[in-house]
Amino acid sequence: MRTTFIESLSQAASENPDIWLLCGDLGYSVLEPFAAKFPDRFINVGVAEQNMAGMAAGIALSGKTVFIYSIGNFPTLRCLEQLRNDVCYHGADVKVVAVGAGYAYGSQGYTHHALEDAGIMSMLPGIEVFVPCDPMEVRAATRLIAGSGKPSYLRLSRQGEPNLGPVVTDLRKPRLLREGRDVVILASGPIASRALEAADALAARGRDVGVVSVSCLKPLDEAVIREAVSDASLIVTLEEHILRGGLFSLVAGAFAGDAARPPVTGIGIPEQGGKTSSAGSREALLDAAGLSVPAVVARIEQALARR
Amino acid sequence: MTIPVNRPEPKEFARRIRAHALRMVHAAKASHIGGCLSMADILAVLYTQVLRLDPADPQAASRDRFVLSKGHATAIMYATLAECGFFSLAALDSYCRDGSILTGHVSHAVPGVEVSTGSLGHGLPIAIGMALAARSAGAGSRVFCLLSDGECDEGSNWEGILFAPHHKLDNLCVIVDFNKIQSFGSVAEVLNLDPFAEKWKAFGWHVEEIDGHDIGALERVLAAVPAPSGRPTVVIAHTVKGKGVSFMENKLEWHYRSPSDELLAQALAEVGA
Repeated sequence: MRTTFIESLSQAASENPDIWLLCGDLGYSVLEPFAAKFPDRFINVGVAEQNMAGMAAGIALSGKTVFIYSIGNFPTLRCLEQLRNDVCYHGADVKVVAVGAGYAYGSQGYTHHALEDAGIMSMLPGIEVFVPCDPMEVRAATRLIAGSGKPSYLRLSRQGEPNLGPVVTDLRKPRLLREGRDVVILASGPIASRALEAADALAARGRDVGVVSVSCLKPLDEAVIREAVSDASLIVTLEEHILRGGLFSLVAGAFAGDAARPPVTGIGIPEQGGKTSSAGSREALLDAAGLSVPAVVARIEQALARR
Repeated sequence: MTIPVNRPEPKEFARRIRAHALRMVHAAKASHIGGCLSMADILAVLYTQVLRLDPADPQAASRDRFVLSKGHATAIMYATLAECGFFSLAALDSYCRDGSILTGHVSHAVPGVEVSTGSLGHGLPIAIGMALAARSAGAGSRVFCLLSDGECDEGSNWEGILFAPHHKLDNLCVIVDFNKIQSFGSVAEVLNLDPFAEKWKAFGWHVEEIDGHDIGALERVLAAVPAPSGRPTVVIAHTVKGKGVSFMENKLEWHYRSPSDELLAQALAEVGA
């Protein structure tokens, strides 16, 4: 995803001389091609995210489109007030790019896990939030935000993620990854690959399960989601993020006022306040958090049994 | 872009904006008059002698930028912009009133205001971004950023203070309104900045330390931006909180209080209104 992002950004920067990239001393072996090609529009600001975010606003308010890049919580929570006041309040054309979604930096520990970022970024006024599930969505998202003229948040995983579905035509619209109408799994981010595996396992048991990638969390296209779940007896959300403020909150909120609606089961990462995290790969930590494919299948079967 | 020629000389300008600010803070029962009065002479020199701004074309790409980082000092800022013709003097009467855009912390909805601030430690990074963009554009724009002394407690400033000399941002000028009093005590008591000039020098800045009420000194150092050294400039302006009003000078309480009718009359008389 990182490589796809930087390739897409370089393409956009070739076409638009106003695109700048700032990084907070992270991106080794990833950002160098951009820096080499556009040395006047690339700055490693150092390990100083508040300054990076404020500077990005200042550059953007001078007519540029500025990407800021770092890992997980650093370009987001670390400089949250700069994003709120300097970027969003002014509608500055700043794109916040965080790599390391969820448990992507698994063994590095909780400080490097991005588990609350998408929800917190979604709360900022006027920002658009993208959580792509595969490189194709990353490419589409980068192209889209480079030209949107608005503050944006782009949440990337790390590397090696496969493409999960057909070519992206409109990133703002949820993308059908797997046909199926009775149970619909709405997934955001690369965890969508586990949704597909779970759907296959459920299909083997005779269940009709669809999978939809919801990569644009804000603005959420409720109309397309409604269409996707119009025949569903169960909606499942799956995210590599805590449930509060993430995809589950958005979907549950979208359906809350409906007189008749399918139940929504949210599967995400438990809040772990006060608990230490253990070392582990992304896969191991997801399994431990109850997001293994068998666990997801079991949760869905339980929810169907309760229906 | 040049400075429009119909501005009064700085002393007269400072007298006017002090009087406006006193009336505004009194009418709105607002705070921060002490920190407004301490920076009046700095604004007067900037807006009559230094900044290349055109109120008829406030968004001109080649303009100089002024970033008020001590965003609580709005009364004197709005008074300055109104005196320059960015909007009417009559609009100052709406300061902090229901529905007014003249909020108690500076707002970019107000013509002539570059950025909204008020949470401290935000202005300098934004100004650095503007200085980088201005250098890239090659239009010769300069960026001036006014900090309060208490604001220098914020770590975000020190990130920027490291950054600007490293990138030789000589079109950037920071002015510190060093009035020695922050909101809950003196700077020396709360979080001492000394040795202040030495800190900036050690970070690689071109440092000027002057009396912030000395019009001639302000003109000399501010007009010299960009510094010939190729470094960013910091002007440590030693000022007096509440300057110009005897009973407000060097008094912590005037960070918060607004004057009564009687005290307003005395204050206006003292500033020569």
